[in-house]
Amino acid sequence: MSVLVVVECDNGEVKKSSLEVASYGSQVAQMLGTTATAVAVGVATEANLAQLGEQGISKVLYDAEPRLKDFVNGAYTKLIAAAADKEQAQVIVLANSNIGASVGSRLSVRLKASLATNVVELPKANGSSFTVKRGAFSGKAFADVVLSGDRKIIAVKKNSIEALHEAGKTATVEAFSASLTDADFADAPKQVVMQDQAGGILLPEADKVVSGGRGMKGPENWHLIEDLAKALGAATACSKPVSDVDWRPHHEHVGQTGITVSPNLYSACGISGAIQHLAGVNSSKVIVVINKDPEAPFFKAADYGIVGDVFDVLPKLTQAVKELG
Amino acid sequence: MKFLVCISNVPDTTTKITFTPDNKEFNKAGVQFVINPWDEYALTRAIELKEAQGSGTVTVLNVGEADTEPNIRKALAIGADDAIRVNAAPKDAYFVAQQIAAIAKEGAYDVILMGKESIDYNGFQVHGMVGELLGIPTVAPAMKLDMSGSTATLEREIEGGKEIVEVAAPFVASCQQPMCEPRIPNMRGIMTARTKPLKVVEPVGEGARTEVAEYALPPKKQGVKLIPAESAGDLIKLLRNEAKVI
Repeated sequence: MSVLVVVECDNGEVKKSSLEVASYGSQVAQMLGTTATAVAVGVATEANLAQLGEQGISKVLYDAEPRLKDFVNGAYTKLIAAAADKEQAQVIVLANSNIGASVGSRLSVRLKASLATNVVELPKANGSSFTVKRGAFSGKAFADVVLSGDRKIIAVKKNSIEALHEAGKTATVEAFSASLTDADFADAPKQVVMQDQAGGILLPEADKVVSGGRGMKGPENWHLIEDLAKALGAATACSKPVSDVDWRPHHEHVGQTGITVSPNLYSACGISGAIQHLAGVNSSKVIVVINKDPEAPFFKAADYGIVGDVFDVLPKLTQAVKELG
Repeated sequence: MKFLVCISNVPDTTTKITFTPDNKEFNKAGVQFVINPWDEYALTRAIELKEAQGSGTVTVLNVGEADTEPNIRKALAIGADDAIRVNAAPKDAYFVAQQIAAIAKEGAYDVILMGKESIDYNGFQVHGMVGELLGIPTVAPAMKLDMSGSTATLEREIEGGKEIVEVAAPFVASCQQPMCEPRIPNMRGIMTARTKPLKVVEPVGEGARTEVAEYALPPKKQGVKLIPAESAGDLIKLLRNEAKVI
């Protein structure tokens, strides 16, 4: 019996959301009186994988097969299922990412496991079953879900769990192979296109987000958003109307039918706060709203607000951030 | 090409969410239900692909009780050819996936489409479960879907980018924008939808693997702290010293 965590790696590094997943898994292992093993996917370096010891992981399994560099649903599922069997994993923890949810849902059928996605807290054990809290109704509610299967799979929402950092602890890294065949690569990508990321901050992984709406009046004014984002070390985002008229690319659209984000700081500039937009952002820790309309519904969901013209306020904020040093 | 499009019946996006007094169920009283917005991408794209091919069928499938039929008729009005309703409340993702897999298998559907997730349960699970139950590939979430013969080219969104994936039918895809512009029913569609076949079948399989013990609403916000526009810079100090987020 053990806990298996799935860590996603990119450019040699473990993603921040996966550090949270590893920390979640090691705390579950502690609860059950067992150890947590990780299985790594994507491009990782041995040194970075060994560092998962800081999140309480004792061992990391890694298959260096080159075709596993990019996400392949079939092959990743088989690899993780093989790792789960080898480690006799009772609980499998993944990120609630596109990769994590794609793999987790297939695994739940293959391993006859109970699955909960979008989980925001550590589980409560009750006999052999777990109760986990998960986000539902597009961020407008939570559900406590009972997982009663012998095996359980939990996909953890980003930024809901604090990553552990026990300096100096290392994990052993072990080569692992799941005898993959060509059939497992049926959905292998022909091509991978990565976004051009301003400042290198990925929206779904970002701690801080600066977002613009129709109040920005046009794409030519977006430098105001980008300047503040750059000063803060934040990712940029936008509302649906903005991506609908192509001022900004679709992958920046946050809201009910776009990306759901839960950063520590979400700053909404010139966004009125339609309920569909709030659904994508209302689990952010702190929400800042800048809007010239004092009646904008977004102020009701905000922690801090400025009633003012974005064209006047944004440069002042950027300047103030720079002065903080 | 036989398309199977799975739709959920969900509360309208502007619904104020409340629960029954025991917090065990969503309170449906006075709530307008719609086709899950993500599923609309799947439905419209299936119709477009069928039209482009000049042959084939689009079947719409819903797992739900009789009160979902108005939205099934709406899907028929948008352009699906026929519909199947599995007569059961959708207990959990696995329960729903088993119904879809059974119908997909029996009807030998080539392409199984659905939205990325439902806006009520937000599981993002059914697509993978159906693919696994049928032993066929799943591409999720798909932003683009083109067909050439029985081969599909899809764009799969990954964090920070996209993968171009080619799979042969049969396959499952979960759809999101910007795949297409979802269609709305026209008068002719609404008239013809009334007589299109809607078959009701009983559920199969093992039942659910998870259960909701309780729903809860998020804690209320303290209320907004307003900073005058003239001293906007003070906001940054508050974010550092009070909120401690920068």
